[in-house]
Parts: sequence; C-alpha cells; structure tokens
Amino acid sequence: MSMETPLHRVEGLGSAHDGVKHFWRERVTAAALVPLSAWFIWAVLGLVGANEAQVLTFLARSTFNVPLNAILMGAFIVILCYHMALGLQVVVDDYVHSEGAKIFLLLLIRAFGFAVAAVCIYALLNIARAV
Amino acid sequence: MAENPQRPQRARPLSPHLTIYRWPVTMATSITHRMTGIALSAGTIVLAWWLIAAASGPESYAVFATAAQSIIGKVVLFALTWSLCYHLLSGIRHLAWDLGYGFTVRKAEAMSWLVILGSVALAAALFALALAGKGGFNA
Repeated sequence: MSMETPLHRVEGLGSAHDGVKHFWRERVTAAALVPLSAWFIWAVLGLVGANEAQVLTFLARSTFNVPLNAILMGAFIVILCYHMALGLQVVVDDYVHSEGAKIFLLLLIRAFGFAVAAVCIYALLNIARAV
Repeated sequence: MAENPQRPQRARPLSPHLTIYRWPVTMATSITHRMTGIALSAGTIVLAWWLIAAASGPESYAVFATAAQSIIGKVVLFALTWSLCYHLLSGIRHLAWDLGYGFTVRKAEAMSWLVILGSVALAAALFALALAGKGGFNA
C-alpha cells in the first residue's frame, strides 16, 4: 500500500496518467504536418504519370547539396506516423472500455505506425542511394 | 412500479446522444475529422506501396502505376486526396481553436462550411489538374 495520497498521484496527470503530453505532441506534430502536407501534395501532383526513373530522380535530386526531397519525404513520413499513432489512440481511448482490448489495440496501432515508417524509410534510403 | 421505464406515458427528457441531437454542422465536421484521420491511416499503406514500388525497380513501379490509374485506383486516390485536404483544413481550424480563436457559434459554423466546401474544391482542383495532364511537373 502506498502512503501517497490519490490526489498527489494524479496531480497534473489526469485520468489518462500522462498529463497533457499526448495532447501537446498531437498538436506539435499537427503543426509540423501543415507545411509538410502542402509540400507532399505539391510533390505528388508533380509526379502524376511519372515513371519509376522520374520518381527516383525527383526524390534523390540534390538541392543545396542534399537530397532535399528525400529528406522532406522522410520527415513527412516519420511525423505522419507519429501523429497517426497519437490520433488513433484517441479513438481507442474514447470507444474501447475493456483494459485488455485497449492495451492490445494500442500496441497494434504503435506496431502499425512503426512498420509503415520503417518500410517507407527503408525504401527512401534505397532510393537516395541508388541514384 | 408505477410505470414501465421503457414506455413513458409522455416523452421524457433523454440524455444527449448522437441519434438524439439535431446535427449542427460543427458536429458533422468533428466526426468527419476523425473519420478522415482513420481513412488516412489506412492510406499510409498506399504511400508505403508507392515508395517500395519505386525502390524496387521499373516492373514493380509499373504494377503500382497500373493499379493507381485503374478506376478503383482513381476512386481510392480521390478519397485519400479529399481526406487529406479535409483533415489538413480541419486540422488548421483545430489548431486555431487550441490558440483560442473562433469559438463563437457564428465563427465555428462559418469555419465548418469553409472546411467542407474548401476541401471539396481543393481535392476537385487537384484531380482536375492531374486528369488534365497539368500534373507531372516534378518528373
């Protein structure tokens, strides 16, 4: 038994046990995704109808001596996957009330986020190296 | 028991729920924000497929391109395009709310319509450009 009062334990953390961390990270990633999404839309519209070689050339193209497009795509994907995991967690938090199912779904969501990010970064590294 | 609680003699006040409320436009935009977020999560698989196909060579990319240019592919890509436009515009609105702007009913409703119409117009414009052959400028 803990000598800590329940009030002290939850103070500043609230019912989700992690305070405003989740809320804040969701907002920071959202703010970062505003310009990155605009860039992504421009990039993809500019690649409509392109063949494989043209896509590789665009992504690996050197701008300011770095593959800027590949870097922006990588940043977009990592922040997107993080934001996705945070957002999907809210859906589970809201609608799944059994603790076991909740933990399982949260693990699944995070695994999905990591998997998508890992696959995309692996592809990007191959693309940036190949050209 | 004076009366069956399932069959009140006259309509009693009910606790608020989705099926009870008249739908204000702000409720529709809030639910749509969540639905487009879930749709975009599924859409990350398409993004991963695109990059993996590009990294795996011309044959793999041709398979992706054929799928993307099919009718189903176009429908899926339009749904994702609109979802992204919607979630982006609606997300900017949420960030404005978080900073304390736009909380009056008038402003919230006006911004809701702006997000709905703006996202449809933006997605339609992007698709019109792509279908008219104005895309591909990065190729």
